[in-house]
Amino acid sequence: MHNEHFDAIVLGAGPAGLTAAIYLSRARIKTLVLNQGTVGGQMILTHEVANYPGVEHVSGYALANIMKKQAKEFGAVLKTVRTIDDIALLADKKTVSVNGDTVYTADVVILTPGGRSRTLGVPGENRFKGHGISYCATCDGEFFTGKEIVVVGGGNSALEEAVSLTKYATKVTIVHQFNHFQGFQHAIDEALNHPKIEVMTETVVNEFYGDERLEGVMLRNLKTNEVKPFATDGVFVFIGYQANTEGLNGVVELNKWNEIVVDANMQTNVEGVFAAGDAIAKRFRQITTAVGDATTAALAASAWLHERKRERKPAFANS
Amino acid sequence: MFLQTNLTHVNSAAEWQKILDENENVMICCGRMGPMCIPVYGIMEELEEEYKHVKFADMLFDSPEAHVIRNAPEARGFMGLPFTFYYKNGKVVKATSSIQNEDQIRSILDQHLAPSK
Ligand SMILES: Cc1cc2nc3c(=O)[nH]c(=O)nc-3n(C[C@H](O)[C@H](O)[C@H](O)COP(=O)(O)OP(=O)(O)OC[C@H]3O[C@@H](n4cnc5c(N)ncnc54)[C@H](O)[C@@H]3O)c2cc1C
Repeated sequence: MHNEHFDAIVLGAGPAGLTAAIYLSRARIKTLVLNQGTVGGQMILTHEVANYPGVEHVSGYALANIMKKQAKEFGAVLKTVRTIDDIALLADKKTVSVNGDTVYTADVVILTPGGRSRTLGVPGENRFKGHGISYCATCDGEFFTGKEIVVVGGGNSALEEAVSLTKYATKVTIVHQFNHFQGFQHAIDEALNHPKIEVMTETVVNEFYGDERLEGVMLRNLKTNEVKPFATDGVFVFIGYQANTEGLNGVVELNKWNEIVVDANMQTNVEGVFAAGDAIAKRFRQITTAVGDATTAALAASAWLHERKRERKPAFANS
Repeated sequence: MFLQTNLTHVNSAAEWQKILDENENVMICCGRMGPMCIPVYGIMEELEEEYKHVKFADMLFDSPEAHVIRNAPEARGFMGLPFTFYYKNGKVVKATSSIQNEDQIRSILDQHLAPSK
């Protein structure tokens, strides 16, 4: 087992993690960034970021590459596409085990694992992904030209994407688990009044079926519990967002939505552990808010480290 | 027109053929700069250093030249971008549709594009 110690470990290399790394390493704090996925996180999914102040037009991919370069130039070590096996943060020396062969330790940890779109997790979902099941209307909408499709979800994304998919599909059926929609009223009105859109409320997808490609879904009516096949050429899933905090359950305090609870300094309930970005409990999730939280977290973590070093320094002998 | 990635760009059917002729193991991701494609390019960029025996490249899905991938028999029934093709000695050994995670890509690379002994 390989062991290596850093002053600070940042878990996650989205905009929050990269910002934390820039601030920490610029303050000469020996920093390691460990990322499970690719650098940039969800930011790289944005074709054009038009609301990042100071930059008129930039792709999320390009912005991520600039942030990565800045972090590296200030001296941060970036290790990406790693499998995080274990995170232990309660002791003074925090440990993160990676790829089954390496243990990294640090005095302070900043958690920035971000989030991801929710999937349904029902039988057939993995099998038919790319063969009739999609999570992106702008990417795959045109493959469903002239076809009848289903949109699963009842929030703004589902309603807006259902309307946008009517450009291609002849009929869109929205399948939603509740008897009311959670989107903005204008989005609800636009979807419900659209001549190509039909709605099935209090209904959930139980299973996807087909042979080589998707042929239909088994739908369960929540009022009657009746399960019926529903033939369709495609299904688009837009059922919200979840924080990437699975590995943090029992490690730091999470709220009922599994988001990390922090104070105004972005400190968690564990000494020396801070958090920032989309994974924390907050209302607005943007690149700017992730960058802002991470700045606070990194500065608070630097101050915490400094304070701790001072406390530990042996008192000068009164000679 | 090409994709804004740090991968080798395949701009024409002739370039595609040349890459297949010159490399035993090739992975080409054919897509756009969209949310399902970008993570795959990102993973390829990350794996490029580790899988030195594999040539990693991308191709713009909307280029007319991309017919070599779009219309390949292995892409029949594909309904999600990107179309990702894995070639060994010029032959398709695996093709996937839509986003794939790192574990899925690694497992295909290890299974189908292992280095020759
Ligand atoms: C399609 C789309 C479009 C968007 N458009 C915009 C926009 O135009 N403007 C805007 O401001 N915002 C936009 N956003 C929101 C913005 O991308 C996010 O708010 C922002 O990326 C959050 O940053 P983050 O660093 O907290 O998390 P993320 O970007 O999610 O990054 C987290 C990173 O941590 C990694 N990770 C997860 N778990 C672990 C772990 N246990 N250990 C180590 N690493 C881990 C992940 O793989 C990921 O790389 C968009 C989001 C999406 C999905």
